[in-house]
Amino acid sequence: MMVPAHDRMTASSVTRASRLAVPILRGEHAPLLVGVVPLIFLGVLFLLPVAQLLAMSVEGGSFAHFEKALATKLYVDVFFDTLVIAATVTSISLVLAYPVAYVLSTASPRWLLVGLIFLMLPFWTSILVRTYAWMILLGRNGLLNQALLGSGLAHTPVPLLYNTTGVLIGMVHVLLPYMVFPIYSAMLRVEPDLLRAAQGLGAPGIQVLRRVYLPLTMPGVIAGCSLVFILSLGFYITPALLGGGRVIMIAVLIEQQVRQFLEWGFASALSIILLVAAVLFYLLMNVLGGERTT
Amino acid sequence: MSAASTRVGLRRRTPGWEIAVRFYAAVVFTFLMLPLLIVFPISFSSSSYLRFPPPGYSLRWYRAYLEDPTWIDATLRSLKIATSTTVLATVLGTMLAFCIVRGRFRGREAVNQISALPIIVPSIVYSIAVYALFAQLKLIGLWQGIVLAHTVHAIPFVTIVVAAGLRSFDAAQEQAAMGLGASRLTAVFRITLPQIRPSLISAAFLAFISSFDELVIAMFLGGSNMTLPKKMFDNILLEIDPTIAAVSVLKIALVCTLLVLASRYGAGVRPAV
Repeated sequence: MMVPAHDRMTASSVTRASRLAVPILRGEHAPLLVGVVPLIFLGVLFLLPVAQLLAMSVEGGSFAHFEKALATKLYVDVFFDTLVIAATVTSISLVLAYPVAYVLSTASPRWLLVGLIFLMLPFWTSILVRTYAWMILLGRNGLLNQALLGSGLAHTPVPLLYNTTGVLIGMVHVLLPYMVFPIYSAMLRVEPDLLRAAQGLGAPGIQVLRRVYLPLTMPGVIAGCSLVFILSLGFYITPALLGGGRVIMIAVLIEQQVRQFLEWGFASALSIILLVAAVLFYLLMNVLGGERTT
Repeated sequence: MSAASTRVGLRRRTPGWEIAVRFYAAVVFTFLMLPLLIVFPISFSSSSYLRFPPPGYSLRWYRAYLEDPTWIDATLRSLKIATSTTVLATVLGTMLAFCIVRGRFRGREAVNQISALPIIVPSIVYSIAVYALFAQLKLIGLWQGIVLAHTVHAIPFVTIVVAAGLRSFDAAQEQAAMGLGASRLTAVFRITLPQIRPSLISAAFLAFISSFDELVIAMFLGGSNMTLPKKMFDNILLEIDPTIAAVSVLKIALVCTLLVLASRYGAGVRPAV
């Protein structure tokens, strides 16, 4: 730590003293000062517009937009569908991600590299590119249906595109890495001695998994699930393209209200509802997660 | 080492089970990679509509992309926006990271939360909010407006990665430099920043990709000036012609290049949440 200013004052020359005349630049306040510019930037370009959005949603001091959103069956159904899709995507991602994270956490360095490349490459590839690719794969004459028909597993093309199935496949593909990484991090922290101890004491493999490994990796599971769920709530591109207008999630509804109907007030109210839901789940994640798994 | 011993520990007990899990993981990896692989043959198709497998191979869709000024305009606009966003977000996000990691003031935790907030707010919500603000400021349709909004979106990624780098850096080195007479600014630029350069490179990569691929904000703020993602979105919605497959392959190639560079010179590019 730095020498207290008064000690240095007594011991040092005039130049030292004059430099200390601007203690704010040398002292403990510098980190605060360096944060001022980005905080103003975020204040003006982030907090202010979100506050304006809130004001827009209750324009004229009336909650009419919220009443319309929460009392009309059409819109309540959209909220409900969004929650169901988000929960389904989260569950599927968890079931797919947990074993993958386990394999990664126990892989040799070479296989770990291969696995990470297979995760990172799709992760960093544009969602639009991936959505387009799924349209090729899932269409009526798409590759998957050709394979199903060719192998005799199906006799008529299976509807995979422009319905909930297509949206789920596309969303899981986008969100799976968000589930794998926190679980993988949690698994790396598991002390292998604990597993050996459980085995040494005679616990069968399934018990080691259920009573030791699962509880120890639970923080990663909670972090992954919350993250995937929160991100799912606001999804736009995948439902817009793979849903073909039949799967309306809340982000698609908001976009329609603004761009087709110019209903800014109503769209603001819907946005605030979505925002509140996302923030609530985020706080819940912090409470449940306890420790942070970055 | 610990990972290897875990494997030995469990494998001795249930080798069959272990093999099944690996097979399962291989299936999941196939699911992840399949969409990326499928666009390659489509992009080299000679057919003028979507057919798989392609009846013949050609470069006509790459030519179609390069010869269409609207595609090239959109690409250049997106590159300009993403580059500006990268610079702005890396500078601001790094400043914020210093504030959070080094600060010893009350409200530091609040700053930390505010800096992470743009991740939690869905793009569609932020787009509506920022559209209303930019309409008042007459920034709709200007590429600079998109840069500002994309920077807000990218700052949390930068801050999280740079803050992690700063935490693992020994601040005593900076203080030693200052004790030897360097100003704090000199110490930061000559001692600290060069040592956390891998984090800065990873952060810049995250900022660039987050802007270059962003659709929703750009769709609202762009007006008639389309970015590349908007052009791709419209193209997918209106007509499925294989030009988009060629664009997709080029984008995958760009991501591969950046990933190689980021893993060579950076501090890893895992999702920053």
